[in-house]
Amino acid sequence: MTAVTQEAGAPLGAAPPPGDGSGESAIVTRGLTKRFRGGQVAVDALDLAVPRGSVFGFLGPNGSGKTTTIRMLLGLVAPTAGDYSVLGLPLAQALPRVGAVVEGPAFYPYLSGEANLRRFDAADPTARGATAGRRIAEALERVGLSAAAGKRYRNYSLGMRQRLAIAAALLGPRELLILDEPTNGLDPQGTREVRSLVKEIAADGTTVFVSSHLLAEVEQMCTHAAIMRTGRLVAQGTIASLRSGLVVRVRVETPDADDAARVLGALGLADVRRSGAEVTAELDGRAPEQINAALVGEGVAVRGLAVIRPSLEDVFVGLTGEGFDVDG
Amino acid sequence: MSTADATAGATAGTRARRTPGLVPVKETLRSAERRPRHPAERGTPAARSPWSFWRLLRSELGLTFRRPRNLLMLAALGVVPVVIGVALRVVAGEDGMGGIIEDVAGNSLMLTFVSFSFLVLLLMPVVVSVVAGDSIAGEAGAGTLRYLLAAPAGRTRLLAVKYLNAVVFAYAVTAVVALSALATGLALFPAGDVTLLSGTTISMGEGLLRIVIAVGYVGAGMAALAAVALALSTFTEVSIGAIAATIVLIIVCQVLRAIPELGEITPYLLPTRFTNFDAVLRDPVDTAALGEGLLAFGAYIVLFGSIAWARFSGKDITS
Repeated sequence: MTAVTQEAGAPLGAAPPPGDGSGESAIVTRGLTKRFRGGQVAVDALDLAVPRGSVFGFLGPNGSGKTTTIRMLLGLVAPTAGDYSVLGLPLAQALPRVGAVVEGPAFYPYLSGEANLRRFDAADPTARGATAGRRIAEALERVGLSAAAGKRYRNYSLGMRQRLAIAAALLGPRELLILDEPTNGLDPQGTREVRSLVKEIAADGTTVFVSSHLLAEVEQMCTHAAIMRTGRLVAQGTIASLRSGLVVRVRVETPDADDAARVLGALGLADVRRSGAEVTAELDGRAPEQINAALVGEGVAVRGLAVIRPSLEDVFVGLTGEGFDVDG
Repeated sequence: MSTADATAGATAGTRARRTPGLVPVKETLRSAERRPRHPAERGTPAARSPWSFWRLLRSELGLTFRRPRNLLMLAALGVVPVVIGVALRVVAGEDGMGGIIEDVAGNSLMLTFVSFSFLVLLLMPVVVSVVAGDSIAGEAGAGTLRYLLAAPAGRTRLLAVKYLNAVVFAYAVTAVVALSALATGLALFPAGDVTLLSGTTISMGEGLLRIVIAVGYVGAGMAALAAVALALSTFTEVSIGAIAATIVLIIVCQVLRAIPELGEITPYLLPTRFTNFDAVLRDPVDTAALGEGLLAFGAYIVLFGSIAWARFSGKDITS
């Protein structure tokens, strides 16, 4: 919105479209709830705020309500309660600016990759048939499928299918990309390619909302994250702010564990713990090289010294008291 | 988030923004800088392309008429009049022919009506049911429905396209039968004036016109059946279920029609009206029978179209 770039006063020129209160948010949900017939609550009072321009990781174990949330955002499933806004526009106007991969690829097996993209492009009322050929070729190029464009989808490998789904999400100029488990079924090379593609797309200013049950994946490519568990939002924020609740520790590997523990204690480090040839303590913002110097100065044989930053997995365990890989 | 909140937050500039949730979001400078700087482009809704509906319909027709299964069914239907024609030709060579065989053997155009009366009761409805019953359920089962709707195809728009596609296919089925029968008839039987069921004779040109009317009527009947199949298609993700349900309905109707005690309900059964096309073989054309039939078809289309729309527009797409 224009209000974002102006310091004060009413925006000049055209009035903002009604309901567009999202100069800063690509997705906002308030109390979003989905209860399926049979009483199962898939999503429970979800308050999500996805800032524009972010790469937003939507994390949670399988069955935690991620896909149902995405289906609601795309208008496929009607919420039982609550409301949401995508790009601050009515959904029918927002969706042409949203590219989506939902629950894996789904295409017509008897059509070629290119014909499949043409089919989905025809479904978008804002897409122009005249430019379809060029846009389809660009999308295929971007995911590295140009060579297989004429091949039937039936004969695509799982990795190619996943990439075709991403190509379908990139058929037009997008402001928001919603990717549901985009690296499912990809080999490590394919995973790396998707990751760099996401970074590239985000660098163009597109907001990327990516769901995953792989914490490490989200940590590597996202600026923000939200964590779901059994339909509820456990936490959300920048990756750094999510981690900030947990302490950074230093770990010393040494044969002189007793001496090392004493030195760390003398340095004033809190929560010194030792187990075997390993001593750990809270780092509390100190420079690790000073700790090393102090240890060596006291004659402790240091075999290894490492700073242990909490991972999102630790954040999740810290917030829920559970391991991540449990089915909700 | 309301407009007022957001505007206040934005004009305050550096004030820390809080978002719902357990952890406050401190937006990084990086993400703020990356915000796209095209406010005008972002504010205006993307224009609908004026031809987009027809583009989607063309895409749909392309899928239907390129799909091997559908072409095979059309080809099979096209063969039936040839078989009937050859069989009648063989029988006509023998003595003691009469009735229908005499009619056909006497004139090439009659084979079209004979073919319709054979096919309109089961085979044509089955073929139409396969395409119309598959239309929504097939996409749902394959998962392509979620991508079409996210595109966004629009539910009402997609349903309209699916139905129009089924109507075009219904007329294609009817036309294939008529053309195949006409060609076979002209090849095997003498061309010339046509003797009607009423006993009067009309010219061949007039006869062809009556075939066109019959095609229009039978096609409308198949279109009404397609509405039933489409409605059933919105209730399942298994297309064979919708197809089978439609075919079972047709067969049940035929059975009910055969029970004389149930004569009161037969006028309300859709297949009863399919055979009314023989009104074009009266002199003059029995427009009252055709009109009643078309009215019944219209009623079925409105009723089952509404059911399909009511179901599909509010359905959760979980496939």
